[in-house]
Formats: sequence, C-alpha cells, structure tokens
Amino acid sequence: MYLAPSLVVSAILFTLGVAGVLLRRNAIVIFICVELMLNAVNLTFVALSQQLGLDGQVFVFFVMTVAAAEAAVGLAIIIALYRHRDTVNLDNINLLRG
Amino acid sequence: MQTFIFYVAAIAAIASAVLCITRRSPVASALWLVGVLFSLSVLYVLLDAPFIAAVQILVYAGAIMVLFLFVIMLLNIGRLGPSDVRGPRGKVIALVAGLILVGELLIVRAVTLPSEITLPEGSVAHLNETQGALGAIAQPLFRQYLIPFELTSIMLLAAVVGAVVLAKRKV
Repeated sequence: MYLAPSLVVSAILFTLGVAGVLLRRNAIVIFICVELMLNAVNLTFVALSQQLGLDGQVFVFFVMTVAAAEAAVGLAIIIALYRHRDTVNLDNINLLRG
Repeated sequence: MQTFIFYVAAIAAIASAVLCITRRSPVASALWLVGVLFSLSVLYVLLDAPFIAAVQILVYAGAIMVLFLFVIMLLNIGRLGPSDVRGPRGKVIALVAGLILVGELLIVRAVTLPSEITLPEGSVAHLNETQGALGAIAQPLFRQYLIPFELTSIMLLAAVVGAVVLAKRKV
C-alpha cells in the first residue's frame, strides 16, 4: 500500500548515509552513518515484502544479526585504533594509504 | 489516519537522519540515529511487519546503540572538540555524490513489479492475523531458511570472539 513512498524514504535515507560517510572524519560517526545505510536497505526489504511474501522480513532479520556482529567487531577495531593512535580522526589514520 | 502517521514518521526519519549526519558531537549523532530507528519501526508497523518493528527497537535502539554510546564514553570523545566535518571540497563531493545517488535510486524506483510474482493486496496482513505476527515469520525462518539461521549463530560466535581479541589489552 505504501510501497512507492517507502522506497523514496529509503532512497533518501541511504543517500544521507553515503553523504555522512563522505562528510565526516570521526570514525564512530562514519560507523553510525553505515548503520543508517543498513536501515535504509531494511526499509526497502520490508516495503517489498508486503507484496512479494515474508522472505523479505526474514532477510531483515539476518541483516540485523550481521549489523550487530559488525558493530561489535567494528567498535573493537576502533578501540584498538584509539589505543595505538590516541585519535579516531580518520585523517590521522592513513597506514594503508601508502 | 494511517497515511498521516506514515508521512509524519517518514518526515521524522529523514529529519533525524539529516541532524544525525550534521551534529558535531558523536553523542548527538548517536541519539539522532535512535530517532531514525524509532521512526523506521513506526513505518515497519504500518508495512505489516510488527515483529520486525519490535526487534528493531530491542536490538537496534536497545543493544547496538548502547554499544555505540558505551564506546563513545570509553574513548572519552563525547565533549566538543574541533569540528570533524570536512572542508568545502569534501562538502561539494558529498553533495554531488549524494545527488547522483538519489537520482539513480529514484530512477530504479520507477520500475514496476511484474504482476506474476506479486501477492494479492493485504495477504501479508492476512497471514499476520491468522498465524500471528511471530508465526508468520517463523514458518519461512525455521523451514526454508533453517541453514542460514544456524550459520548466523556461528557468525555471532566468531564476532564475539573477534571483538574480545581485538579490544583486549596485550597480556
């Protein structure tokens, strides 16, 4: 019933997440923006599952599990990074840039 | 009435997301993300997914966001320092990339679903009424998707072990 407006909201939220990743330097805020993108995709799954069957909702369940695991590992990496460099500003963390 | 609530929640979600990516303090960003999550769970209820809405509040707004705030507190970066928003060049890049992406996504949205694979109107709501919101999602989860579900448990175990190994001090 709300398929079209849901997909518009989802597109806008995903774009805001991408803009946030490009705009910020703080690693934790970038991580928050990644969560925003995952949620935008979840909204697409739920909106389409209304017309295509409940498999979409099962997928949202899996996406949430992966997001929880990703948050735990990612935040552990940020803590380890902070211990080494005393900063979470990504401009100062350029070991892989060469 | 439902349509009104839908649009209020949608506007709240977008406004919270804008505030989430523009606030200077990481704590404010995290709290505005909670606003996005709550608005999205309202949308999930209206889209006939009450179980997903409940899990969204419990797992996302409850567990994951507490983890974020806990790490912000642990690293003591909650107080305002110099702004971490990129300069004019970064803003232009973010704006252009965002406009291109939203244009692409809105073009993709114009594709209509083929009628052979769509369910009749209101069939998911009917399933929720006859089997219960939990039963309707449990049927595919524990039959068709049983192996992915079990693999999820291994992934969670790996994540727990990985998080402990990464975050612990060298002994």
